Amino acid sequence: MRHLLSTADLAKDDAVLLLDTAAQMAATQAREMKKLPTLRGRTVVNLFYEDSTRTRISFETAAKRLSADVINFSAKGSSVSKGESLKDTALTLHAMGADAVVVRHQASGAPHMLAHAGWLDAAVLNAGDGMHQHPTQALLDAFTIRRHLVGGGSDAGTEGTDLAGLRVAIVGDVLHSRVARSNVHLLHTLGAHVTLVAPPTLLPVGVETWPCDVSYHLDETIEQASPDAVMMLRVQRERMSGGAGGAFFPSAQEYSRKFGLGSQRLARLPRHAIVMHPGPMNRGLEISADAADHPRSVIVEQVANGIAVRMASLYLLLAGSDDAPDERTSL
Amino acid sequence: MTTTYILRGVRPLGGEPADVVLSGGQIAYVGAPGTAPRPATASPSGDPSVAGTAGPGSSSDTGTDVVEIDGGNRLVLLPGLVDLHTHLREPGREDAETVYSGTRAAAAGGFTAVHAMANTTPTQDTAGVVEQVWRLGRDAGWVDVRPVGAVTVGLGGERLAELGAMADSAAAVRVFSDDGKCVHDPVLMRRALEYVKAFDGVVAQHAQEPRLTEGAQMNEGVVSAEVGLAGWPAVAEESIIARDVLLAEHVGSRLHVCHLSTARSVEIVRWAKSRGVEVTAEVTPHHLLLTDERARSYDARFKVNPPLRTRADVEAVREGLADGTIDVVATDHAPHPVEDKDCEWAAAAFGMTGLETALSVVQATMVDTGRMSWADVARVLSQAPARIGRIDGGVQGHGRPLEVGEPANVTLVDPSRSRTVRGVEQVTASANTPLEGMELPGVVVATFLRGRATVLGGVPVGGELGRVGETEGVLL
Amino acid sequence: MSPSTALPGDRPSENPRGTTVLEAPDIARALTRIAHEITERNKGAADVVLLGIPTRGVPLARRLAERLAAVEPTYDPGAVGELDVTMYRDDLRRHPTRAVGATRIPGGGVDGRTVVLVDDVLFSGRTIRAALDALNDVGRPRAVQLAALVDRGHRELPIRADFVGKNLPTSRSERVSVRLTETDGEDAVTIGENVAAAGQTPGEGGMR
Repeated sequence: MRHLLSTADLAKDDAVLLLDTAAQMAATQAREMKKLPTLRGRTVVNLFYEDSTRTRISFETAAKRLSADVINFSAKGSSVSKGESLKDTALTLHAMGADAVVVRHQASGAPHMLAHAGWLDAAVLNAGDGMHQHPTQALLDAFTIRRHLVGGGSDAGTEGTDLAGLRVAIVGDVLHSRVARSNVHLLHTLGAHVTLVAPPTLLPVGVETWPCDVSYHLDETIEQASPDAVMMLRVQRERMSGGAGGAFFPSAQEYSRKFGLGSQRLARLPRHAIVMHPGPMNRGLEISADAADHPRSVIVEQVANGIAVRMASLYLLLAGSDDAPDERTSL
Repeated sequence: MTTTYILRGVRPLGGEPADVVLSGGQIAYVGAPGTAPRPATASPSGDPSVAGTAGPGSSSDTGTDVVEIDGGNRLVLLPGLVDLHTHLREPGREDAETVYSGTRAAAAGGFTAVHAMANTTPTQDTAGVVEQVWRLGRDAGWVDVRPVGAVTVGLGGERLAELGAMADSAAAVRVFSDDGKCVHDPVLMRRALEYVKAFDGVVAQHAQEPRLTEGAQMNEGVVSAEVGLAGWPAVAEESIIARDVLLAEHVGSRLHVCHLSTARSVEIVRWAKSRGVEVTAEVTPHHLLLTDERARSYDARFKVNPPLRTRADVEAVREGLADGTIDVVATDHAPHPVEDKDCEWAAAAFGMTGLETALSVVQATMVDTGRMSWADVARVLSQAPARIGRIDGGVQGHGRPLEVGEPANVTLVDPSRSRTVRGVEQVTASANTPLEGMELPGVVVATFLRGRATVLGGVPVGGELGRVGETEGVLL
Repeated sequence: MSPSTALPGDRPSENPRGTTVLEAPDIARALTRIAHEITERNKGAADVVLLGIPTRGVPLARRLAERLAAVEPTYDPGAVGELDVTMYRDDLRRHPTRAVGATRIPGGGVDGRTVVLVDDVLFSGRTIRAALDALNDVGRPRAVQLAALVDRGHRELPIRADFVGKNLPTSRSERVSVRLTETDGEDAVTIGENVAAAGQTPGEGGMR
């Protein structure tokens, strides 16, 4: 495994190995002593062109728990905001001896450029690029689903298992969502059945070729697909304005009525179904406070699992030798 | 003193081999192989024995003014190519291209005339600026540069530029375009279509509905959905073309559609032509060859406006070109410096170079596939663009028949050779070719502008000095 | 692998894994003796926790636990677990990425107890060094002891075993292979020429 850029690149074995490794990482995080010496002497750079304190802290925590040195390189207050090109930044990181670059960028494909343009030889982890991919988010979602719906709330006995037969509904702004794209590929690879639920305006042209079902009606999906997990996507309020990139739906009230998850819809879900959200939430828009704080909501746990999944990703990218052939096919 | 060129065993328009003599700026002789007159007849000061004793494919001795080229009954002779859509970047972006470097690249690609698009800095929206570009082209001497005038001031889409002044200037502008921007205001478009009738001008529309393409990065479809780049719907192009052909019909003007790229655009133009609307259309080499699958690499060399489309669209534009719905192949040669392409896709500039590969792409996609003859190539790359640009007349004319007495604006192509495209090795000042590393058929061997060689042995020669340089004697 | 390197199967006259030095009954006797030595050294087994080092240390630890339970009534048969040392190794960068194994510490934990680490082959000592670090992160035992089925010498660190099934003089180029019913379908210890890629540490912790 050289880079982690897209869940579309992950074969099923790769994905299961990532989840299994994350389970072991999660076990170490239950100890009093949470720090492992594994990546001592290795340097991980968090290169964030977009504000995302949550994701950056999650990656930073993961790297530090593995004893890597962490350098935070954010667009604010650095030469990046003064117009330094991605290429020059990459050359700088290369000169600094970065072993891994965790990159968040508003431009789709920026991590792909970092990995393949020949600017630096570090491992590249995509921490979210434009409307493209956010693979560690999908991995932590899959990990959370596996723990609850395969392991019955624990990772014990889940080793080597996939998500075969599980039904997942992903609801909201699919068009602009890298989380949705990452999850559709990964959950499909792991054997789950995905239904995307959104108004037609918030689905991309071409979605019909994705390995999932598409529905315009949340109630219908709840009745007919009886999802085991419901993943609510963040809807940005500017999507309803008439300006550039707007006018996707008439009003917050209408969106919330048709696509929001409240206690009534929650009650119609199967009893074992879990409620997920990648955060940050718009309480009262795509999800009600009742649903967000419900016992079946695993939203807070997703955050904790994010650290384990990112530890696993860093471990699998950085712990082995660069030269020796990988035991498995590379990602 | 001018050089006389005896082209032995060349195939005019790909037909039967012939001998052709270029002398005094004109085609002086066309006849059966082996019948070309001795140099003495073409050049009174020459020694009749010189050309006769020179081996096939070699030039005469240094100091003489007769050059023989052996076409081996293989080289195809075409009227000099005419590009209706070139970005020369000067004035303003001399870091990407200059009139000199761009026209030299054009000559290397077999062109004898180019239409220089108006989106320079300052914009070619006044008589002063179009005359400047025209003079730069004339001084460079590689091809005839015909500036395109902006339709609206500063390409702003709000006020008509002084179209009449540009038409009356030394540059004698006949093609007007806001290319890069669409004249999207229907009233302005109507007025422009009407106004240019006074001087037989044409509006060349960059068809792009601006609201449907805000922030757009690539063709909207399966690939854009997956790679997460904002989609550029085909309908944003088609809706403007549909509106414009109806406007052109209503006001009885002629309309030219730039770089048409979708299957339905072809259908709309076909329909309009069937109604007798005076519309012409162009397609670029890259839209004849490449699809939006290329965007999966996030390599910004494939970022272009209009975007690369789907396989079905490529098939439709090929068909449209073959059946005459599309009149012209135009390069939309758009050079950019490295830093504008070696970056994130969304941050990169739109456009790709094309002057030096256009003929090869047309050969690969249309000739070698049996869809077009070399005579058709002459039509879409020379005669039709010259006619649309109104540079097809008189002693200086382009896109003329290959007949005695016609201006010697011709190109000699070897269709049997191929070459591998290397951006940095091209003559253009920029390396942003989408065809990097691709092997393409067809090599331009020689280009003649009014009888003067601008390219010999595949290499640009002479240039601004107006005479053939030291590489004249290269073996062909 | 260089063209001149012979594959095990190229020498049909020998056991492809080399000479068998311990057979199933030898292994059983060695484990029984080690179990007695553990109770002797610790004056019973009340506080003993057995931790096997994956892969083959884990079944060995279970077998020792059965024997301890049989001979020593103070031993808690549940006091056996496994200690994965992957993330503590000093040679991660020399190998392709290793899969991280599970660490299972018995319910009572290790604080204040006597931990006996169990491994199949003791060689350079580096795996045990990693195990001591891993154990340190799990808790604070009163004492740590080491049991190995085979000690083949060539120590690179100041580490020795407290309980050894068999001392086996070897050359560095030889490969000692422990096979157990639980993981390999048979019980045997063999010694042969190392035909694996040069530079790998044979016999100890490799090949998982």
